[in-house]
Amino acid sequence: MMDNTASAVTGQGGGDAMSPLALPVAALSMSTAGDWLALLKPRVVVLVVFTGLVGLLAAPGHLNPVLALTSVLCIAVAAGACGAINMWYDRDIDAVMKRTARRPIPAGRIAPAEALGFGVALAVASVLLMWLATNAAAAFILAMSIGFYVFVYTMWLKRRTPQNIVIGGAAGAFPPLIGWAAVTGGISWLPVLMFAIVFMWTPPHFWALSLWTHADYERAGVPMLPVAAGARSTRWHVFGYTLALVPLTLVPWALHLSGPVYGLSALVMGAWFIVGAWRVLRDKQDSAGVSLTKDAPAKKLFRFSLYHLAVIFAAFAVDAFVG
Amino acid sequence: MPGSREEAELVAKRRRGRNLAMLAVLLGLAALFYAIAMVKMATPGFQP
Repeated sequence: MMDNTASAVTGQGGGDAMSPLALPVAALSMSTAGDWLALLKPRVVVLVVFTGLVGLLAAPGHLNPVLALTSVLCIAVAAGACGAINMWYDRDIDAVMKRTARRPIPAGRIAPAEALGFGVALAVASVLLMWLATNAAAAFILAMSIGFYVFVYTMWLKRRTPQNIVIGGAAGAFPPLIGWAAVTGGISWLPVLMFAIVFMWTPPHFWALSLWTHADYERAGVPMLPVAAGARSTRWHVFGYTLALVPLTLVPWALHLSGPVYGLSALVMGAWFIVGAWRVLRDKQDSAGVSLTKDAPAKKLFRFSLYHLAVIFAAFAVDAFVG
Repeated sequence: MPGSREEAELVAKRRRGRNLAMLAVLLGLAALFYAIAMVKMATPGFQP
């Protein structure tokens, strides 16, 4: 049963090559609550929620804890909605990629149209609830981030250019702005810098991952950088973007928008990031730049980049409380 | 396989799980909207 339904869900880039009604009714009954939760990409949501929470904590002013909790919930639900819509649109490439073939849509446990409806309903609800609980500015930025992720990254850039993750990375950089706006009703330099840091952090983080997952993208025809430009070029891009990222992370401290805890954290974690990126660049490789160490340095850098962002954003929050 | 007793039981079990999850979400939303309403009503300058 699963095999039949799996073949029925492979459309082309969200274009409905098949009707969702082609999915046997029985298959729809096979979804679990966990499948619907999986549509929301909960692991991605965690980091998004964290940076949004830091934007909220670092903002001057006071927001009632109930409303603050609601704001964070809205950011989480909106991020999840983006994940669901992304899974609906990318169901054809998810079906051919090993990493994603067992997701609820390609596995045939949830019909594409139901996933789309679920995602759109959550997206609309999150924006309306944000407006109700906080203000129009936060709701507007939240709506913009959803639109950017769905239309600009997923539908426009992802399948067209190896720079997809550079521009598309902006979608994941909005949460600090949203958290800040939820408290203040506007934005200022610090949340803009937080946005810039996440924006610049995304390419080396994602390209490190793509160095060892590129076979999947190649099979699916997605022009990720290692597929389009090769591993050697990707290593240089990782190193170059890291060199651009680290000074940027020091700007909030240099402008006295954050305190010494942040400054020291950004300095130490930044230096460590550069060393990791250098090791990716100097990894033992063949003439095409393909790793002879099973991309061990890239795997380390990918994991470290998660700690890097978490630590420096936690430091933003600490400085906001200490200062 | 289709229509077998095992499959019917599995479908019923999964439906029950989805229903319970939906119940939890609805109860959570009711509590959240109640709390938001209380906070908004307690805000100085609130006008119904």
